[in-house]
Amino acid sequence: MTVVGWLQILVILAAVVAFAMPLGAFMSKVFQGERNVLTPVLGPVERSFHRLAGIDPGKEQSWLGYALAMLAFNAAGFLILYLLLRAQGLLPFNPQGFAGLSPDLAFNTAVSFVTNTNWQAYGGETTMSHLSQMAGLTVQNFLSAATGIALAVALVRAFARSGAQTVGNFFTDVIRATLYVLLPLAVVTGLAQVAMGTPQTLEASATVETLEGGEQTLALGPVASQIAIKQIGTNGGGFFNVNAAHPYENPSPLSNALTIWQMLVVSIALVFAFGRLIGDKRQAVAILSVMALLLVAGIGVAYWAEAAGTPILASAGLDPAGGNMEGKEVRFGLAASAMFAAVTTGLSDGAVNSMHGSFTPLGGMVPMVLIMLGEILPGGVGAGLYGMLLIAIITVFVAGLMVGRTPEYLGKKIEAKEMKMAILAILILPTAILGFSAVSAVLPAALSGLGNAGPHGLSEIYYAYSSATGNNGSAFGGLAANSPWWNTTLGLAMLLGRFAYIVPMMAIAGSLVAKPKLAPSAGTFPTHGPLFAGLLAGIILILGGLQFFPALALGPIAEQVQMLGGKTF
Amino acid sequence: MAAKAATSTFQPDLVGRATVDAFKKLNPAALMRSPVIFVTEIVAMVVTILFVRDVVAGNPLLFTGQIMAWLWFTVLFANFAEAIAEGRGRAQAASLRQARTDTVAKRLADRTDRSSVRPISALDLKIGDHVLVETGDLVPGDGEIVEGIASVNEAAVTGESAPVIREAGGDRSAVTGGTTVVSDWLIVRITAAPGSSFLDRMIALVEGAERQKTPNELALTILLVGMTLIFLIAVVTLTGLSAYAGAAVSVPILIALLVTLIPTTIGGLLSAIGIAGMDRLIRHNVLAMSGKAVEASGDVDTLLLDKTGTITFGNRMASEFVAVEGMSAVEMAEIAVEASLADETAEGRSILVLARDRFGIALPDAPRPGATFIPFSAATRLSGVDLTSKTIRKGSIDAIRKFVRETAGHEVAEPRAFTQAVERIARSGGTPLGLAENGRFIGVIHLKDVVKPDIKERFAELRRMGIRTVMVTGDNPVTAAAIASEAGVDDFIAEATPQDKLNYIRNEQRQGRLVAMCGDGTNDAPALAQADVGVAMQTGTQAAREAGNMVDLDSDPTKLIEIVGIGKQLLMTRGSLTTFSIANDVAKYFAIIPALFIAAIPELDVLNVMGLSTPESAILSAVIFNALVIVALIPLALTGVPYRALDAATVLRRNLLVYGLGGILVPFIGIKLIDVVVSFLSLA
Repeated sequence: MTVVGWLQILVILAAVVAFAMPLGAFMSKVFQGERNVLTPVLGPVERSFHRLAGIDPGKEQSWLGYALAMLAFNAAGFLILYLLLRAQGLLPFNPQGFAGLSPDLAFNTAVSFVTNTNWQAYGGETTMSHLSQMAGLTVQNFLSAATGIALAVALVRAFARSGAQTVGNFFTDVIRATLYVLLPLAVVTGLAQVAMGTPQTLEASATVETLEGGEQTLALGPVASQIAIKQIGTNGGGFFNVNAAHPYENPSPLSNALTIWQMLVVSIALVFAFGRLIGDKRQAVAILSVMALLLVAGIGVAYWAEAAGTPILASAGLDPAGGNMEGKEVRFGLAASAMFAAVTTGLSDGAVNSMHGSFTPLGGMVPMVLIMLGEILPGGVGAGLYGMLLIAIITVFVAGLMVGRTPEYLGKKIEAKEMKMAILAILILPTAILGFSAVSAVLPAALSGLGNAGPHGLSEIYYAYSSATGNNGSAFGGLAANSPWWNTTLGLAMLLGRFAYIVPMMAIAGSLVAKPKLAPSAGTFPTHGPLFAGLLAGIILILGGLQFFPALALGPIAEQVQMLGGKTF
Repeated sequence: MAAKAATSTFQPDLVGRATVDAFKKLNPAALMRSPVIFVTEIVAMVVTILFVRDVVAGNPLLFTGQIMAWLWFTVLFANFAEAIAEGRGRAQAASLRQARTDTVAKRLADRTDRSSVRPISALDLKIGDHVLVETGDLVPGDGEIVEGIASVNEAAVTGESAPVIREAGGDRSAVTGGTTVVSDWLIVRITAAPGSSFLDRMIALVEGAERQKTPNELALTILLVGMTLIFLIAVVTLTGLSAYAGAAVSVPILIALLVTLIPTTIGGLLSAIGIAGMDRLIRHNVLAMSGKAVEASGDVDTLLLDKTGTITFGNRMASEFVAVEGMSAVEMAEIAVEASLADETAEGRSILVLARDRFGIALPDAPRPGATFIPFSAATRLSGVDLTSKTIRKGSIDAIRKFVRETAGHEVAEPRAFTQAVERIARSGGTPLGLAENGRFIGVIHLKDVVKPDIKERFAELRRMGIRTVMVTGDNPVTAAAIASEAGVDDFIAEATPQDKLNYIRNEQRQGRLVAMCGDGTNDAPALAQADVGVAMQTGTQAAREAGNMVDLDSDPTKLIEIVGIGKQLLMTRGSLTTFSIANDVAKYFAIIPALFIAAIPELDVLNVMGLSTPESAILSAVIFNALVIVALIPLALTGVPYRALDAATVLRRNLLVYGLGGILVPFIGIKLIDVVVSFLSLA
């Protein structure tokens, strides 16, 4: 590890927080329907959308109405994308003449983009027409991100309101999230990426003559427009197969820094918006400090593990000071690769600028664990915030009684109904990740897709199901996932991880919004300050650790201890 | 505090019965109420079946046999914890049943004949019975006066300590149970049957069979079920994952892993904690109508406290002698003592105490011979003494003026000092008591409410815990403000009508606060019902008792503060043991995980941080620790975690350190010690 490496990491994080604060203030205005900086320009557009869709933004929905609207909206999005992918061979903007996708791949891909996962069982430049990329995938990049933001805002409203029945209007929230937040950020940062060298064209490819005099075909397309929103909306689905490791998606260390910034900024801003919407910024600071603490710890462990390298490299005569550079781009180096890996998994983004499967076992365990901890550090846009609030509810319930009051969070009593729903939601992660992994570990049809044997093979399985259930989308590498078994089960894992989590979460919102908001006193369990932050971090680690420690012991931990003994797989 | 001493945790007769009950509770149908222990019992059965199979097949038995035994012990220990808590609760309730038949009513066989008294327990009175109530008696129940006139101290109902006149006929004919007749006599027709079902309800709350889970207990059970499911998934999926790794694990060992991970500690102690909380209430002579009320009392933000009896002593006391011109305070005090020597009222006694303490006046043992004591009567509103040479009276100012005029036989000019003192005392919120001898004014005795000496610290304590105190009084705002500032309450309601109380409670609740109050009058009923915690006095009216959710058998309004403490301690105990239970799992993983896989992946020995001797010993030690910790924590579950009145942040820091950090560290040490013993005895 080097000072410059850490400096890089800290400067990017500081730049995120510096922009996220005003963005959070702006978002809190947007979602309260207040006048904001962009109202003069976008107000008329918003009104015309509302008019066209026949939506009255003043007419709010109950939690159930909100959840049903969300489900219907996403079901429609899935259906349209699925049909588009199946039929892409018959449709225009297909200069390479790609055929339609197979049913299981189309299912997997449509689910993947609707759920904000962006798991890619396909190679973009060899599978997708420009139309599929632009009208299919990019559209869902916006809408799945807007859905996440809307849901988080609905839950925050449930905490902010007292004795109310409604949590907002889903369609209005989606329109506002897209129009005021995602679109402007994507346009501005997309243009910045074009300036840094990312292509934006409808041409299929360019043919160039290499230095050796050979001929090379370079795949091109509307790259910048998709990868801007892929990061802003923490989708992570790259235009090219190798994602942000590709020189056109991520040409330079500067564009790499911008890409990391893009991933983080909306999720962090949402936490600030949360503080404003509930009228208590200290609560947001507590949540944010937990996210920052664990994320930076993750970056630190990954960076340390990669910088330490492996004894095998050293015994092969390589300079141990170089660390483990396998699977990493030389233009980014160890620090930026480790940071990218931790951020993209802490965030449920899923873009990669290095191959996580090539990390040391411990370094590769970091992104895996960050997903297993629930995609809340800081988590995908919206999903991270509502996931974190759910864990905060559980934390308050476990420890809150210790101050001699029945548990309450942000002035709302946490009772049997909330616990039931929170448990339903957090059960999804171990059920899908461990359940599918255990079956795949003994199923020949699944095992044939593995790239490696031994504990590393097990890590490939864990990572795939974690990535799908956590709606992350990044791949460990090594796994050939485009087969009916993997496409189908990963698709199911993505659906479970998204919607089976959201519905109980919205039920909690419905229950909380109806409760009176209690006034805090000196006797109230304090949910701000370092004590609560430490407690929340502890519960996240213990809860996640308890679920996955046995599995990890057989996977990356076994691989690490065996690697130290010189054994590889 | 009228708390009875706690029964010692492991009294021999209680232990005997609890042990029997622990086996009875093995019935799975009953055990389903406690899901974590239910799961433990199911897997214990599975291991038993495997053990029997091993016996038949002639396989080695030692390891599986021990695992099986300790799993059953885990279930039995949990059952024992519940049984012993129930036993203690039952013992308290039984002693309560004997103690409560205290008030004796003078029932009249013939309603017109005052000599036909047949004493009877107040609780056995029926509607329509006629009772005689004489000076100093408690009115045994709500009723209607059919004959007589008397002054009645209704402080227990109204909070106002000055006696009021009650008489047959008209709108002042109702008397309230628990009020005291301070002069004269009444014949009362009982109009409300004293309820006695509270006790039965209370017994139901401490006995397992009928015990309903309280709301927070229910929510906590859901969390525990969730944790159990999570570990069930983790353990079941481990079969597939370990098969892949070539490290297949036997079923008894997987079950051992499951049982050590699921929250058996809190799962086993949860109902014992709840029962013990109820038991603690009973020991304070408080009956709760529901477990919910006890939990709510821990949540209280605002306490509405009656002034009289809680903040001040029930009666007003003499605090100053103001003599008329030409007379010293000592001389006046001597006259006042003369008039009060045989006065049994609290005011009268307080005059003697003041005279002795202030002026060192020696109090004779008996009144002077030939003295005739005139007790206070509602009609004259005077009391005093008739001596051979003189007549002394003390009483209300109007009555004294009348007495002076009548004794002198003409208008007597009132001394200026007398008039001024009366005005000053009234302005300050006190009660002026006139003193006269024969036909002349002697002086004014200042009677005032005296704030209890330790109450200010109690309120400061409550404030630290974030609880606001509000004084409720029938006094005028001037008096109320004076006492409020002296006692250090946060707010007060003066000239409080029942409607005022109700409005105050509603307003607090609108601002998101939970309110507790105590009361006993029928007109308190709406406020008692509206309050989140309403404590009715046992001496109160039936309506009040039905509106509240707790009854205080001692009818001591100060109890409210203790009740809040009991509620908080109950919740703290629950939370602390939950945290402890979950924190324990960290060490158990480090004991069991390396033991599971070490054969297939020897390098995993680095996770064996405790240096446990063998894989079998590691697993067995974790299981034994898991069972023994339940027994070790029974005393804590029953007595509750140490409770101090501190703010939430301090309490949290302290409890987190003890039960969170302690919960992580203790099992590392405990499992290691057990491992040493197990390997020393060659058990595994």
